[in-house]
Amino acid sequence: MLEIRNLHASIAGKEILRGIDLTIRDGEIHALMGTNGAGKSTLSNVIVGHPAYEVTEGSIRFNGQDLLQMKTDERATAGIFMSFQQPVEIPGVSMQQFMRAAVNARRKAQGKDELKASDFLKMMRERRKLVEIDSRLVNRSVNEGFSGGEKKRNEIFQMAMLEPTFCILDETDSGLDVDALRIVAEGFNKLRTAETSALVITHYQRLLDYIRPDVVHVLLDGRIVKTGGPELAQEIENRGFDWIKSEM
Amino acid sequence: MKSEKQYIDLYQAQRQLICDGSAAVMNAVRDRAMQTFAERGFPTLKDERYRYTDIAAAFAPDYGLNLGRVNIPVNPREVFRCDVPNLSTDLAYVVGDKPLFEKDIPYVASLRQACIDRPDLVAKYYNQSAALSPSLSERGLRGEAFLNTAFAQDGLFVYVPRGERMEHPLQVVNILRSPVNMMVNRRVLIVLEEGAEATLLMCDHAMDRVDFLTTQVIEVFCADRSRLDLYELEETHTSCHRFSNLCMTLGSDCTVAHNSITLSGGLTRNTADVILRGERSEVTMNGCVVAAGQQHVAVSAFAGRILVRQEAQKTTSKETNNNLCAADTARVYTQPMLEIYADDVQCSHGSTVGVLDQQALFYMQQRGVSEAEARLLLKNAFVGQVIDQVRLEPLRDRLRHLVDKRFRGELNKCTGCALCK
Repeated sequence: MLEIRNLHASIAGKEILRGIDLTIRDGEIHALMGTNGAGKSTLSNVIVGHPAYEVTEGSIRFNGQDLLQMKTDERATAGIFMSFQQPVEIPGVSMQQFMRAAVNARRKAQGKDELKASDFLKMMRERRKLVEIDSRLVNRSVNEGFSGGEKKRNEIFQMAMLEPTFCILDETDSGLDVDALRIVAEGFNKLRTAETSALVITHYQRLLDYIRPDVVHVLLDGRIVKTGGPELAQEIENRGFDWIKSEM
Repeated sequence: MKSEKQYIDLYQAQRQLICDGSAAVMNAVRDRAMQTFAERGFPTLKDERYRYTDIAAAFAPDYGLNLGRVNIPVNPREVFRCDVPNLSTDLAYVVGDKPLFEKDIPYVASLRQACIDRPDLVAKYYNQSAALSPSLSERGLRGEAFLNTAFAQDGLFVYVPRGERMEHPLQVVNILRSPVNMMVNRRVLIVLEEGAEATLLMCDHAMDRVDFLTTQVIEVFCADRSRLDLYELEETHTSCHRFSNLCMTLGSDCTVAHNSITLSGGLTRNTADVILRGERSEVTMNGCVVAAGQQHVAVSAFAGRILVRQEAQKTTSKETNNNLCAADTARVYTQPMLEIYADDVQCSHGSTVGVLDQQALFYMQQRGVSEAEARLLLKNAFVGQVIDQVRLEPLRDRLRHLVDKRFRGELNKCTGCALCK
C-alpha cells in the first residue's frame, strides 16, 4: 500500500525528517510513537502533501504511484485520508456542501458518476448513524463551534463518507476523554475493511487498546529508531522513551 | 471644469426638451440643481470621500442622452424572465428611466405620471431629502446627484398610504438598452406613510455591450411605524458605470432593511445617507460587492460614517466592513468612521481585510476537494455573511445561486441576462 524510502523533509529550511523507511502493506495497522518534535506530524503532513513541507530526498509510493508527484487533492481522491490533530473550522461552509464536493471528487477519481442529491443525503444519514454523530453537527458549518471531542468525531464521520483505503490518525486521542476516545476508535474499527491500512500516531498506549496495531515504530529525531510488535507500545507506556535513546 | 462643461452646455441647450419630456414638479427644481452643479462641479480626488473615485473622468466621455424620449424598443418578457423561484412578486420594468407596466400594480406608478396625476403629493417629497439640499450638503459632495436632479425626466414612484401594506414584493428590473454609448438619469421616490409596509427588489441589467453611465437617486421617506425592505442587485458588465445615491429619512419606530449587492459591473459607486429623525427606529444596511477585473486591478473602497448627535441618547449602532482579497492584485481601502456627540450610546465600528484561509484550503484539499473548488467554497462563504441577512428566503436562495455562478465565471455574459437562465 504505502512505501516510504529514505525520506528527508524540511520546513522553512529546517530538516525534520532525516531518512525514513517505512512499508505498510494492505490491511496493516502501524502505530507511530515518539517524543514531541520527533517529526511524527511532519511525516503525516508530508504524506498528504502539506505545501509548507519540502521533500529534499527520497520517495513515497502509494499503490505503485509516485505520491510526491500528486497534488494534495489527488492523493485524497486516490484514497488517503488524514484525521487532523486540530481539525480546521470553516465558517460559512456547511458540512453538507463540503462533503458533497469531497465525495463527488472521490467518485470522479474512481470513475463513478456524481451522487444524486437524494442519494447523497441518504448516505449522510446512514454514515452519521454509524459513527454516532449528532445531526445537529452535520447541519452546521464545518467544525465551527464544535468541542474538541465533536471535532474528532466529525473527522471519523468524514472518513465514513469518503471510504479511504489508507488512514492517518494524527493524535486523534489528544484532547479526548475516555468515552469520546472509545466512540472515535470504535467508529474507526467499524469502518475498517480487510484492505484498510492505517498509520496511527499517538503518544500513549490508550488509543492502541482500541485500535490494535500490527507494527509499532518509534520515531526519534527524524528517524525510525525502533520497530516492534504491539508489546513495544506497552513497554514505552511503562518505561518512556529514554531507554530507547540510550540504546542508540 | 472640462468634464462639467459638456453637461452645463447640454442643459442650457436642451432645457426645454428636458422639461417637455418630464413634468412640472420635477422641472421646478432643475435650474437650482444645475446652478449648484455648475458652481461646485464634480468632487475631485482631493475630496476625502472621493479619493478613490475619479468621478470627473467617468463623466468625461460623450454619452448620448435620450432627452427627446425616443421609444426604445424592448420586449423585456422575451429576454428577461427574472422571477425569483418560489417568490411571488409584482414586476415592473424600467427601461433607462422609463417604467413599463404590463398591468396595474398597486402603489406603483411612473414618477412623471404621478407628477401629473398627484402633483401636490409628489411635490411634498420630491427632492426634499436633506442630503440633496445644496445648503446642507457638504461642499465637494454629490455633484452627480445634482446632475441627476437637473436631467432626470422620469423614474418610479412608490407610495403606500397610511396603514397599508404591499401585498407582494415589488420587483423592479432596470434595463439599460441602447445601440450607442448612453447616459441614463433615473429617479426613484418611495414614500411610506405611517405604519405602511413595502418590500422592493431592484435589479440592474445591461442588454447591450456599449458603455453605459447611470446616475440614480433613490429618495425614501418612511413615516412613523413604517417598515421597508429594499434590495438592490447590480448585474451589469464592465463597461457600465453606476453612481447611485440613496437618501433615506425615517420617523420613529421604523424598521428598515437595505441590502445592496453588486455581482458584476464596471465602476460602481453606491452612496447611502440615512437620517433617523425620530426615536426607536431600526435600520440594517448590508452590502456586498464582488469586485473583479479581468484586465484591470480590482479595487474596492468603503467609507462609512455614523453620526450620533447630542440628542440621540441610547443609540445602538454597529458598523462593520469585511474584505476578502482573493487575488494578489486586489486592493482595498476602508474607513469605518464613527462620530458621537451623545454620552449614553453603544456604538462599534471596525473593518477587516483578509485573504483566503490557507489552513481551510489545505483541509478541504486533503478531503479531495480541488483547490479551485475549495477557493470557491470559501468565497461563497464570505459573501454568505451578507446574503444570509436577506429576509426573503427565496431571494436568499436565488442570491446564493447567483453568487456561486458569479464566482464560477458563468455570469459575465449579461447580454441575455444570466439571472434568467
